[in-house]
Amino acid sequence: MSTPPSDWEVVIGLEVHVQLHTRAKVFASSPWGFGKEPNEQVDPVVLGLPGTLPVVNREAVEKSILFGLVVGASVPEHCSWDRKNYFYPDNPKNYQLTQKDFPVVVGGQVEIELPGASRNVMGEHKFIRIHHAHLEEDVGKLSHAGSGSLVDYNRAGVPLLEIVTEPDLRSSAEAEAFLRSLVAMLTQAGVADCDMEKGQLRCDCNVSIRRRGAEKLGTRTETKNLNSISSVRDTVIYETARQIRELEAGRSITQETRGWNAELARGYVLRDKEDAHDYRYFPDPDIPTLKISRETVARLAKLAPENLYDRQRRYVDKLGLPYTAASVLVHDRALAEWFELAVAAHPANPSGIANLVANDLLRDLAASAGAAGADNESAPAPILLASCPIKPAQLAGLVKLTDEGVISKQQAKEVFTEMFKSGQDAAAIVDAKGLRQNSDTGELEKIVQEVIADPAVAKSIAEYRAGNEKAINALKGPIMKRTQGKANPVLIDQLLRKFLG
Amino acid sequence: MADALHTLSAAELGRRLAAGTLTSRALCEALIARYQAVNDKVGAFTHLDQADVLAQADASDGRRKAGQGRGPLEGIPVAIKDNIAVKGQPLTCSSKMLASLVSPYDSHVAERLRAAGAILYGRLNMDEFAMGSSTENSAIRKTFNPWDLARIPGGSSGGSAAALAAGLVPLSLGSDTGGSIRQPASHCGVVGLKPTYGLISRFGLVAFASSLDQIGPMARSIEDCELLLNALASADARDMTCFGPSDRALTPAGEAKKLRIGIPKGFLGKGVAPEVAAAVNAAVEFYRAQGCAISEVELPSADLAVPTYYVVATAEASSNLGRYDGVRYGHRSASAGTPVEMMTASRSEGFGPEVKRRILLGTFVLSAGYADAYYVRALRARAKIRAEYLAALAGVDVLLTPTVPTPAFKVGEKASDPLQLYLEDIFTIPANLAGLPAISVPCGKSGHLPVGFHLVGAPLSEAKLLAAGRLFEAAHGFAHQQAAL
Repeated sequence: MSTPPSDWEVVIGLEVHVQLHTRAKVFASSPWGFGKEPNEQVDPVVLGLPGTLPVVNREAVEKSILFGLVVGASVPEHCSWDRKNYFYPDNPKNYQLTQKDFPVVVGGQVEIELPGASRNVMGEHKFIRIHHAHLEEDVGKLSHAGSGSLVDYNRAGVPLLEIVTEPDLRSSAEAEAFLRSLVAMLTQAGVADCDMEKGQLRCDCNVSIRRRGAEKLGTRTETKNLNSISSVRDTVIYETARQIRELEAGRSITQETRGWNAELARGYVLRDKEDAHDYRYFPDPDIPTLKISRETVARLAKLAPENLYDRQRRYVDKLGLPYTAASVLVHDRALAEWFELAVAAHPANPSGIANLVANDLLRDLAASAGAAGADNESAPAPILLASCPIKPAQLAGLVKLTDEGVISKQQAKEVFTEMFKSGQDAAAIVDAKGLRQNSDTGELEKIVQEVIADPAVAKSIAEYRAGNEKAINALKGPIMKRTQGKANPVLIDQLLRKFLG
Repeated sequence: MADALHTLSAAELGRRLAAGTLTSRALCEALIARYQAVNDKVGAFTHLDQADVLAQADASDGRRKAGQGRGPLEGIPVAIKDNIAVKGQPLTCSSKMLASLVSPYDSHVAERLRAAGAILYGRLNMDEFAMGSSTENSAIRKTFNPWDLARIPGGSSGGSAAALAAGLVPLSLGSDTGGSIRQPASHCGVVGLKPTYGLISRFGLVAFASSLDQIGPMARSIEDCELLLNALASADARDMTCFGPSDRALTPAGEAKKLRIGIPKGFLGKGVAPEVAAAVNAAVEFYRAQGCAISEVELPSADLAVPTYYVVATAEASSNLGRYDGVRYGHRSASAGTPVEMMTASRSEGFGPEVKRRILLGTFVLSAGYADAYYVRALRARAKIRAEYLAALAGVDVLLTPTVPTPAFKVGEKASDPLQLYLEDIFTIPANLAGLPAISVPCGKSGHLPVGFHLVGAPLSEAKLLAAGRLFEAAHGFAHQQAAL
């Protein structure tokens, strides 16, 4: 559905506006956050009262630099701010402080993973280049009520990192994969929360098409203010189809700014090039050029988490995890780190640990958290690992007991459920419940021989001997019954085969 | 004795307050009486909250009595230009746009004055948003030169200078973007200092041109000017362009009689009134006689200063004044319409003609297609002017010129000729473009009208400027002069 007819190629560039995770606003000391009464999070600086001046929030600059380090960008020695002048009631100073000429992040790339043939198969990987990212201030919100207009400046001055890609994306699927990858990187580094429900990530989407193989880019349109990954995907699909339709009908594409109506699933023209603003950019005289010391960069580099896909490759190549489990773990930094603590406690079986984490642990955590966050499309729901009753070393202990044959895999599931309820060690639960497997060969040999001698199973024995492998299972039930289910199933299988020869 | 209090210097008033022979309340009552007698004639103040002043005076007297005096400014009134925020006081910038605005916060300098025990005394008239050289651009009232009430006091800090010359207050604050402290100081026969850019926090100073604006002290003597300067200069984390004494210390004054004085070539040429040239030349000869080394210096790009200034200052102003749109505060047009139409109408109604002229000019020089030819070129010229000034100041301690080419003109005389008016600042503008400290010192009269000379020094050489001024003042007795009203 997202693939254009084969003789057309779509070229996409994104401008992603991300609200940074900071305590204070970007040029004022006022705090910010979601869900406050209108105009509660303002101060004289945010409101642009006469005589007030901006002061750059160090935390916002450092988060921006951290993003740069995460995507392998070069961190410049200096950055500076410019004024973008335009009149609108949501813009308290009627200029926006942004970085036009000397942004805080230059270059870098984001690795993306396209969907595979199935959930168990890894898709193609690609690198999308970042042109630059600049740190600016968000504006307020204007709304219309009856005959009047209302404006809320709570959002004004919230730090916004605008991440601009090169036109490297070639499909709606790539755009979607890019945003998912970007969100994972931003959240894992603690740079931003990227909660789209709260408007913390908004996209401008540039789309053009050209004949496949053509060098020259087509005329592009920019669709502004997309507030979800699905809106970006749908915009690309819609805009690609529209542009193909226009060109194939012999018309041309107008360079224009467009909007997107998510409810109607269609785009519309906001303004064409003729109406483009003249923003009269000039260097902000209130903010001197900021020097970014190499000491700061080195300190921040230590905070940068391992790249998502580097981690995935390590899990698959070095730890031998199946792709399915690895891909689940790496999208949540806390989960991955939790997993690695468990592996450190029991390095012999990372896959066994991964399976329990990716399946049982996530399932129980999700169930205990209810449906909260489940509809957040940007990332897997954040797992409240901090409140998880099972600690990594305890999970490792459970896997170790299984690996040593003390309990069966089936029993391990039961023990896990109990651990999740009580937070007790696996060994304590195994002992308290008397779950320890019977691996006493002498005792089990005796029982196996008794069962074989029972005429009730003679038919199954005959079938097994006739070549029906599965018939052997009919003998295991009675053995388990006699041992109250504690017989080591692996050992029983060996003994049965030995005696049935 | 009480009726002479308005003639005394801040330093003398401070001594009397410290000695217990005077209370701040008695001083403020005397000044309020003076205000009632002459402010209508001079028009220096736009607002004076007498009850608030007396309450501050009582608090000051209480502190002094309790042994908690805060220093040499304790109990001394300081009047403040109406573009510097004082919590609970009007902040009109002498504009219809902000006529109703009461500041909800204190500027850094207001905090400093409170910390020094000073009385924050009233609001002083100015050219609207500090744009002008005569205070005729005030939308609130006219201010007249106390030495000749038919003439302008200069501007934009015309109220600040006129209040001093009229004995309405011993100390005042002005702001200076292209000469707005020094030019009215010269016209009113008082001392006005524009500090090094960054020495005094701009937090709470309503911006005209951010890269040029500085708050500065104005007084009737060098001693008083220094007293006020010392109270104002300090680091402030709310202004990223402001540095503190711990970052960059002031240069010591040294021996005033050994100062090397540079006379820029050609500055006393055409356009300078003969009486002004004579007074300034006499000052030069005075310094020579004192033992100062006098030499001529070249400032080849000086002619670029005025056009450069009017590009840089208007560009910044066009953006700085964007915020006045009637949405959050200030004048809001009664005409309905969309929010953007309301903003347009509010601005059209709220700003006066000179402010509109500068916003339009500034908008033009920043426009796509013109910015390179005007704004970017002006930045290059500015860098060149600064480099030339710094080079000249590597060889001399101060540069001496007239402050203004001609004495105060008659009210209305230049109202129809803005370009002629812009030349009032020809000698003062370079110090703003180069971020240098500069002072205007009274040095004589042209007829009955005061004339000042102008000293510019290297960054942070305020002490040298004051020392040079003190040497001249001590020999000529211009300190504390007031017009007879």
